[in-house]
Amino acid sequence: MRTISIQKENGNPLVISAPFVDEVGANERADSFTKRSIKKDSKLSALYLAISMCDLTTLEGADTPGKVQQMCAKARYPVPPDLISEYLNKKNLSSIPSVAAVCVYPSMVPVAVKALQGTNIGIASVSTAFPSGQAPLEIKVEDTRFAVEKGATEIDMVINRGAFLSGRYQQVFDEIVEIKKVCGDAHLKVILETGELGSYDRVRLGSEIAMEAGADFIKTSTGKVTPAATLPVTLVMLQAIADHYRRTGKKIGMKPAGGIRTAKQAIHYLCMVNETLGSDWLTPDLFRFGASALLNDLLRQIYKEVTGRYYYDKAFSID
Amino acid sequence: MQTTKENSKSTDSQNTKFNFDYAPALESTDIVQIKDRNLLFIDGKWVAPSQGKYFKTINPATGLPLAEIAEASTKDVDNAVKAARKAYTKTWSKLTGAERGRYLFRIARLIQERARELAVLETMDNGKPIKESRDIDIPLVAAHFFYYAGWADKLDYAIPGQKVSPVGVVGQIIPWNFPLLMAAWKIAPALACGNTVVIKPAETTSLSLLLLVQILQEAGLPDGVVNVITGAGETGTALVAHADINKVAFTGSTDVGRLIAKTVAGTNKKLTLELGGKSAHIIFEDAAIEQAVEGVINGIFFNQGHVCCAGSRLLLEESVSEIFVEKLKIRMQQLRVGNPLDKNTDIGAINSSTELEKIKKLITTGQNEGAEFFEPNIEMPDKGYFQKPCFFNRVSSAFTLSRVEVFGPVLAISTFRTTQEAIAKANDTPYGLAAGIWSEKGSKVHKVASSLKAGVIWANTYNKFDPTSPFGGYNESGWGREGGRHGLFPYLNTKQGAK
Repeated sequence: MRTISIQKENGNPLVISAPFVDEVGANERADSFTKRSIKKDSKLSALYLAISMCDLTTLEGADTPGKVQQMCAKARYPVPPDLISEYLNKKNLSSIPSVAAVCVYPSMVPVAVKALQGTNIGIASVSTAFPSGQAPLEIKVEDTRFAVEKGATEIDMVINRGAFLSGRYQQVFDEIVEIKKVCGDAHLKVILETGELGSYDRVRLGSEIAMEAGADFIKTSTGKVTPAATLPVTLVMLQAIADHYRRTGKKIGMKPAGGIRTAKQAIHYLCMVNETLGSDWLTPDLFRFGASALLNDLLRQIYKEVTGRYYYDKAFSID
Repeated sequence: MQTTKENSKSTDSQNTKFNFDYAPALESTDIVQIKDRNLLFIDGKWVAPSQGKYFKTINPATGLPLAEIAEASTKDVDNAVKAARKAYTKTWSKLTGAERGRYLFRIARLIQERARELAVLETMDNGKPIKESRDIDIPLVAAHFFYYAGWADKLDYAIPGQKVSPVGVVGQIIPWNFPLLMAAWKIAPALACGNTVVIKPAETTSLSLLLLVQILQEAGLPDGVVNVITGAGETGTALVAHADINKVAFTGSTDVGRLIAKTVAGTNKKLTLELGGKSAHIIFEDAAIEQAVEGVINGIFFNQGHVCCAGSRLLLEESVSEIFVEKLKIRMQQLRVGNPLDKNTDIGAINSSTELEKIKKLITTGQNEGAEFFEPNIEMPDKGYFQKPCFFNRVSSAFTLSRVEVFGPVLAISTFRTTQEAIAKANDTPYGLAAGIWSEKGSKVHKVASSLKAGVIWANTYNKFDPTSPFGGYNESGWGREGGRHGLFPYLNTKQGAK
């Protein structure tokens, strides 16, 4: 058990403890979920669920309003209704759901807000000098304030890895608290960037700090660092969420991001959530996939399930 | 099905609780062909039992018969031993180590090629989940043949300063919990060392060994080198008592082991025994708790708990005992007991009604003795022989469940306060097969490991098997070691100096 002491804003002390993680054991347990064989009805409903959990993402220097508008259209209608509705109707299945949210840079939030008017699709904005987080706190706060003011309903912030790795946990904690303040009603997802932390012990500690500091969600990665999300890293974070819930009664969400490209992978993640946190967490309110390539594979597999064959490659738009 | 027309918007699904029931994902049995009537394999030929007796083997997941198995009489056993002696004298002992190794490598490769067939058959006859027969049993079977194939031409280096020779004809008796794996543990080193074999599988699980015979034939193994006599206790007794056997190797219960030891006493037969256990699984407060929970689950519920080295006594440091038990309960709620052929099944069927009754009886004893009983609220199959995984908390050392091997998915939990107490409690058993230690503090792990009187010690893991590692017990857990270089010794005679 690793224990650190933090001072809360009101001056009260806070002890944060993180159990040790055995790397071999965590990898083995994570691997066991890849052995689950999800077929037939269970598969189809998992595929639908996974679509409704996608945070469709574009985070490039080259992002333009045009690109973001395209993605928003895809978020609304992942697949042109005519392509598949006949088959879905035949099987008395609902139409393909919209995704949970789109995820963009703060400057693109106004574009997304306009494009998604009249939908329930969330608008997530990365902030706090994403992806490196190497900016003064005031800038990070402003970055966040801007995104929220422009209409972001979810904020994906990065933790200060420099501070974390040099043991300045108080600073990591304080920064999350500050960002949470400017979030207002927007949900706060805290990105640990697990690929830079170096051990599962640190992933666990980072998760505990983020949850204590006010995260609504904890998230693995920016997608800019390899490795991004992996099953074992996500498992360690899910276990932290389970313990937090047991202690406080508060349900924290989880978002693995980066590297989840296939429907099969997504189903492994869902099995892991199901068997670690239970079915309460199998909702877009508490679990998200940060991905873009994943969506089309989910659609391909749904098409295959309902028609018995794969559609040709070009059936689904690239974005 | 949650995705009905009524809730077409993603937001609606947030109001409906998603029920993730994994649909059955059954492994096909088409690959397996089971003969209605299975004969004995003696001197390279399938032969009918001399007394014409057959018994049924059943699929424990359904309770329905799978096939008829020949019951070998004393005369059949004698024929098998004679065939093995002839093969030993005429062919097998004349081959070079490299030539024997070639056969073993060929067998190992054929096992890999027919792995799925072997796994499905093992699961049908034994009841273990396909996940385990597919990913653990059969790959380990092949690994044992590969490993001992490599030793066949290097035996002169097995024991420094000693020249070695085979012991002759060996009689082997294997249990029902890992039918094919236990056969591999015994056949592979015996053949590598130049011995010939008469082997008897457990009467409830003969089929996979009979399929292995087909592989031995395909590999061109000379007649009589491996002979399979199926049958129950009487057949085993006849084999052990046969005058022309040079060595007996037995894996099974301590009671039967004792009888065998008495039978061979006063003869010059070599003897190895792999018997029961009541292995301690020690969790210190500085353990990686989530992984330790997983280790405990694997330690006691792997193969329905039908594992001689199962971590059946859980010793928890008091400071973490409450949270550990709570986590264990939550984890057990996720175990899937069901059709062993379903790829999602975690715990399969108990091998026979006899074993199931034995387990139930011990659970009743545990309840009467006053320990706290827990079983998860999970679905159970409505036919076949199944036992819900369970544990008893606050089991004192004097209780039956601390001392007697259950050989089923039943865990006994007690606590300790200091490292010294943990060691004392762990060693407070007539057995001494295995132990597990969970602590992130390396120095503690080494210190405790050196104080435990058990043949296999796992640190921060449990139930890991590898052909390179010797396996065997202290005290009532048995004599001798199987696996690794040590696994060669029982199959070799040694002498100093030149051959």
